[in-house]
Amino acid sequence: MNTQEMKDMVLNYVIKEYLEDEDIEITYDTPLISSGYVDSFSMVSLLIFLENKFKIKIPPSKATPEAFNTVNSIIELVNQYV
Amino acid sequence: MSNMGSYDERLKNFTWSIAAEELGYKDGEVVNIGWYCSDRICDLGKAEKTALYYEGFGGAQRSYTFNDIRLISNTIGTFLRNIGLVNEDRVCLFMDRIPELYFSFLGVLKIGAIVQPLFSAFGDESLFIRLENAQTRAIITQKKHLSKVRKIKDRLPYLEFIIIVDQLKETELEGKEIVFRFENAEPVDKMAIYPTKAESPSVLHYTSGTTGQPKGVKHVHLSLVSQYLTTKWVLDLRDDDIYWCTADPGWVTGTSYGIIGPWCMGITQCVLDSGFSAQSWYQFIEKNKITVWYSAPTAIRSLMKAGDEIIRNFNLSSLRHLASVGEPLNSEAVIWAEKNFGKPFHDTFWQTETGSIMITNFPGMKVKPGSMGKPFPGIIAAVLEQKTFEPIDEPGKIGLIAFRPGWPSMMRTYWNNQEKYNEKFVNGWYLTGDKATIDNEGYFWFIGRDDDVINTGGHLVSPFEVESALLEHAAVGESAVVSKPDEINMEVVKAFISLKPGYVPNKELELEIMNFIRKKLSSFAMPQEVEFVEKLPKTRSGKIMRRVLHAQEWGEEIGDISTLEND
Repeated sequence: MNTQEMKDMVLNYVIKEYLEDEDIEITYDTPLISSGYVDSFSMVSLLIFLENKFKIKIPPSKATPEAFNTVNSIIELVNQYV
Repeated sequence: MSNMGSYDERLKNFTWSIAAEELGYKDGEVVNIGWYCSDRICDLGKAEKTALYYEGFGGAQRSYTFNDIRLISNTIGTFLRNIGLVNEDRVCLFMDRIPELYFSFLGVLKIGAIVQPLFSAFGDESLFIRLENAQTRAIITQKKHLSKVRKIKDRLPYLEFIIIVDQLKETELEGKEIVFRFENAEPVDKMAIYPTKAESPSVLHYTSGTTGQPKGVKHVHLSLVSQYLTTKWVLDLRDDDIYWCTADPGWVTGTSYGIIGPWCMGITQCVLDSGFSAQSWYQFIEKNKITVWYSAPTAIRSLMKAGDEIIRNFNLSSLRHLASVGEPLNSEAVIWAEKNFGKPFHDTFWQTETGSIMITNFPGMKVKPGSMGKPFPGIIAAVLEQKTFEPIDEPGKIGLIAFRPGWPSMMRTYWNNQEKYNEKFVNGWYLTGDKATIDNEGYFWFIGRDDDVINTGGHLVSPFEVESALLEHAAVGESAVVSKPDEINMEVVKAFISLKPGYVPNKELELEIMNFIRKKLSSFAMPQEVEFVEKLPKTRSGKIMRRVLHAQEWGEEIGDISTLEND
């Protein structure tokens, strides 16, 4: 899977799982945490999704709100462990 | 000098009539919180003073004067009345922290109806349970939350009106739905405000207990008296303050001290409606020159985690007084604030049921880091021996935190559940469900809950509610929900699950179950960890022993397990 496919997978998952309003459009750079689309309690489910999909283990210390704030930053983090 | 002055002097001369006199309220007269928070402030000559400065995600900004909020709440109230809503109808507010939420709160009160604020992060099942229990007649919401309301509306025969505050086309509306945008309505300068009295119901907040479904805590308009005086003496608000309460009005702090307290005093308040980040919070304080900041331990610990360096990038010298609520404030957080802001956070202890602050570290008084502080004047507080329910005199001995009933903002009942309400009183004491000690100087020190309720980041979660929801998942045979320690939220939800035959434990299923609960109940009720087990610890009579699992998570002694079922 290339980086573009990874981004699309994460973006689609976020839209499907966390966005209540179907009309909201988000991009790879839309802030997810600081915008409130994904709250701090939900981050753990996003983390498990990433670990399951990419067969990786992300250390808890790296799973920060900053690292999870956009699809681009998430993929940057994931790429350190794949 | 703080507003309160000497705590000891206040204790000597205290009566609640101090607040009533300052508010111009006399026993038996009309008292309507909606009027007190808008019209009265205009009558006092503050019509053009800023009441609300709002900032949403992406920098959207709006600001309103007290005259604006008077007019808008009149307009909303008149609309609600015109569609047929009357006094004591329950009107749910299900919105993010947008200005419409704050104005609707006052508008509903102005027609004598009961406000039922619910946290907009609730999933459809959490929403359903609360609307069904309250037999809610109308809900005011946003387009972004409409899908959750649509999922359940047909199961709610009492729900007649779904009022949407965004722009929607006629063709997009379904049954029961109406669009109402105050900007498009003719402003209503004069309305006949419903003549509510002291005991007229005002706000219905829902809270979770150990057993059973969430309970609706009924408050009355007289609560204003407690909320006014505690805001003045504990939060120390003054006319020129810029105040920021970070709580969401879906919870009691967000209404008692995020709407009623500051506005009945005519104070300018700021609202930030976006996700948390240390950068955006500090920026908000600097930009708005916030002077009094009322926040929560979870947020404070998150700021601590973001580090001290980032603080140096902002000018936070406007801050004058800091307070905290929602869960025990650890001593490290108090000390950290002193080091970085030059002043400590003052812990405040109270509950949905008490309606206002009961025990606190007062401004001007020595703060003992990690302590809850002392009772507010007029509040008779004790820790009770756990078997006899008699007050404990011995300093440092653990007991149940209890209050003598009678303060103005005390809940009047649990909605449709007088039996549960009665259970909260023993020997003439209201039992909080929390445990504490009192030291030899009269300071209270929080120990923990006396039941299984989980306080995660200031949100109370009922294990029963989560377990009930888990059983609706096809794979779940049995479950037990307990708390586990967490650095930021103090504790988080953990679920132990035994699966039905044919299901295999794996990470995919764990994620599926987590998301199932998040959507059904809320993100904070979602287990942060799922542990699959062959079987759960049970008594011989088949009752799941949560305490065994709790002790395991917290590294505590398991205690008596003589009733534990053997293999």
